[in-house]
Parts: sequence; C-alpha cells; structure tokens
Amino acid sequence: MSSVPSDLRYAKSHEWVKSAGDGTATVGITDYAQNSLGDITYVQLPKVGATFTAGQVFGVVESVKAASDLYAPVAGTVIEVNSELDATPETVNQVPYAAGWMMKIKLADAASVGALLDAAAYEKLIG
Amino acid sequence: MSSLKRTPLRDFHAAHGARLVDFAGWEMPVQYRSILEEHKAVRRTAGLFDVSHMGEVDVKGPEALRFLNHLVTNDVVKLFPGRVLYSPMCYPTGGVVDDLLVYMRAPEDYFLCINAGNIDKDVAWLFEQAKGFDVKLTDRSSDYALLAIQGPSALAIVQSLTGAKLDLIGYYHFAEGTVAGVQCIISRTGYTGEDGFELYHPAGDAVALAEAVVKAGEVYGLELTGLGARDSLRLEAGYPLYGHEITADISPLTAGLGWTVKLDKGADFIGRAALLAEKANGALNKVVFFKTGDRRIVRADTPVLGADGAVVGKVLSGTLSPVLNEAIGSALVTTAAATGALAVDIRGTLINLQLVKPPFVQLKKS
Repeated sequence: MSSVPSDLRYAKSHEWVKSAGDGTATVGITDYAQNSLGDITYVQLPKVGATFTAGQVFGVVESVKAASDLYAPVAGTVIEVNSELDATPETVNQVPYAAGWMMKIKLADAASVGALLDAAAYEKLIG
Repeated sequence: MSSLKRTPLRDFHAAHGARLVDFAGWEMPVQYRSILEEHKAVRRTAGLFDVSHMGEVDVKGPEALRFLNHLVTNDVVKLFPGRVLYSPMCYPTGGVVDDLLVYMRAPEDYFLCINAGNIDKDVAWLFEQAKGFDVKLTDRSSDYALLAIQGPSALAIVQSLTGAKLDLIGYYHFAEGTVAGVQCIISRTGYTGEDGFELYHPAGDAVALAEAVVKAGEVYGLELTGLGARDSLRLEAGYPLYGHEITADISPLTAGLGWTVKLDKGADFIGRAALLAEKANGALNKVVFFKTGDRRIVRADTPVLGADGAVVGKVLSGTLSPVLNEAIGSALVTTAAATGALAVDIRGTLINLQLVKPPFVQLKKS
C-alpha cells in the first residue's frame, strides 16, 4: 500500500505539492511513483530561476528500468532545488515526502495548489 | 499476465514480495526489494535466483560428440564426464543462434542449457542440424527447474544442505547428488562473476529446494535476487547476453568471444567458413565495454558518437554499476572508431565513454 499523506496535494502525473502558505511550495514525487520506478539512480533538476507552466517538464528521474519526465504540477519559478539528490538519489525511494523532495517554487498563483487532487482523490487514482 | 509461462516457483516469488514481469514470455521476478541491494548482496554474501525458465536438452547417442562439435564453435572434444563447456552456436553466416552450456555426463550422454527466450528456436535448430547424425534429442525444459545460488557464501550455504564434497567440484565442473534431499545436477557455474552453484532438479521439487536454501542461507544474509540484479551482475562481470552483445548479426568474434571459437579444432562446424573469413579480413565492428564516471544510465540503442560527432555505433546494454556507482555498458562500434574518442548524448549532455576491459569489478570466483 502506498503512503498518501493527507496534508499534501497531488498531480495526476504523480508529483506531490506542499504549500508553505507564503506563496511558495515544495514539489516531489509520490510514494506510489517511487515504488513504480524502482531503484532511483539519477535525478535531473532545473536551475534556480527557471519558470514552468503547469504540466511542463521540469526534470527527469532515472531508475534502473527507465528514465521518466517530471512534470510541474503547478506554474511557478524555481527558488531552490534539492542538490543532495545528486549524490544520493535513492533518498527519493526512502523518504519521498521528506528528504526526497525535489524543488521549491514561488507559485505563479497561490490558489493553484488547492485545485490539485486531495489525498482521497489521489488514492482513488492509484487504486 | 495469465498467458505468460510460469516456473514452479511463481507463487513462492509472489509470497516473498517479488515484482513479477514479462521476461521473454515468462512471468519472472525482476526484483524483490531493490535491484541495487540485491546486486550488492550477491557481491557481499549470496543471492538465490530462480532461473527455471532456462531450457534443457538431452543429447544422447553414438554420434552425440560428433554432432555437438559440428553444432558449436568451442571444442566439445575437451569435455570429460563432469566437465561443463560454454559455447556459442552459430548460423552459417557466423551470427549467433544462441549461447549455451554443454554438460558431459558420460560418453554418448550430454546435456545442454539454453536461453529461455530461444528454446523454441533452438530446439527446432537442433533437430534440423541433427539430421544424419545418430543422436537422440529430448527437450527437457519443462522437466527441470533451475536455482542459482551465487556469491562468496554460496559454497557454505549449499554445502550445509548436501553430503557431496563441493570443494572437489571445480569451476565449470559438476556432480550429481542430493541437495536438501532433492536429486540435483550440482554445477559450479553462474552468470554473476561470483563463485556459486546452479542446481538443476525436478520441477516438482523446486519449492522444497528453494525453501531449504532460503533457510540455510538465513545466517549468511542470503537474499532472494531477481532478474534485474542478474542483468547488472552479468554486465559488471562482462558476460554477454543473447540479444544484446551476441545476436544473429553479431558474431562471437565481433563480440570478443574469440576464445570460444576453435577454428582449428579438427571438425567443420556451422559458421566456421564465415568466422574464418572474418578472422582473416578483420571484423567491421566490435563490441566494446565502457564506463562513464557519471550516474546517468546509457541505455540500449543509444547512438555512439565518434571523435567528429558522427554516429559510429550503438549501445547494446547499459546499467548503473551498483559497486562502482557509475554507468557501465557495452556498445557495438566500427573497428576504425573503437580506438578513438567515443561519446553519447544523453538529453543534451555529451558524455564520454571510457573503454574498459571487463570485468568492471574484481571478481572472486574460483
């Protein structure tokens, strides 16, 4: 059973978003996503200052099995990336909702996070 | 996945949390816990692989030796009872039908182990080539299950389950005996580069044998290991995989397996003329092994670029070496380009290939 914390919001493309309440948010991939990918071997993240629209590719996550695109769940500007993942990408497997986070963004629209799936809707999506 | 073939251990794998995938038409465990961790467990202590999908064929009769020496590129005459030989078998073009192990049980009594994905093709090929030879071929693939116990602790684990004196069985030798009460061909072979054993046994005994090995392996830290780790282990060891480093279009000479091609063995074998010509004229392409110093996996079919940026070949296999913590792989490149700088483009980043003579890691096999 995949973990789906109730305080996060989710994109159908299996990223999670945690709003800080100050117009910024943290983005990562879900437990379901990391489990489907298997051993994560490389995470390619954007540069600070890059801007993305919702649904745009912001990076790549590689597992032994395949390389998969990462999609921005909401629009925003990158203010920080988790550079620890360069050396220890397996952190995404181990703690996808904590130290395995991928980027922090300044939201283009603070209300956009609320429009994403809530935990119950995401749980239903992954069945 | 109901149309997939299953080994006798399919439910055993599911009960142990395996992720089951379609591998060459078989429902097989690709991993249990983590491919990287399973890989490291085999290098550190031991892993148990179910490779029951592999095919087995009995070759018996007065002309068994003559037939086999016509069939394969290596020299079967060198075998004696209890000895195992690795060899490709080729088409007349020099391309590879399959690579296999030849076991000699007794004069006129041999046993072949062939790749799972090639069983139908190989059996048809064997019967076709056997015409005119006084041999009897029997496809035994569904009669046998096959467990591989691999790693530095494999000897101690299997020894704890058998009265057979395992230290008397050398690398690429075998004996017949019981392990955990199950009649086995105990073969000191494997596909990981580590010491270890492959146990051929009746399919009906597979669950009992697997459970006995798991129990005996507990104190050694033996892990259940899937086909994901099997692939990264074989690539780290520099072993070819049919369909990647050797194919109908890649000859054993091109693949760097010249040591298995005995052109002067005194028997005309299938593909000999083509391989002789390839050796005389020099091969157009060659298989090389590389590492990159980077964690991005260089995946099969990625184009390989020469010094001037032109495509000079393609990647055949690629993974992350869990031991080196960098990408490793193999590629088919033009012989002319193989001595120059080689690179691949991964998502816009040019990554240089550093050629390596495998194995990539120091192996401890006996």
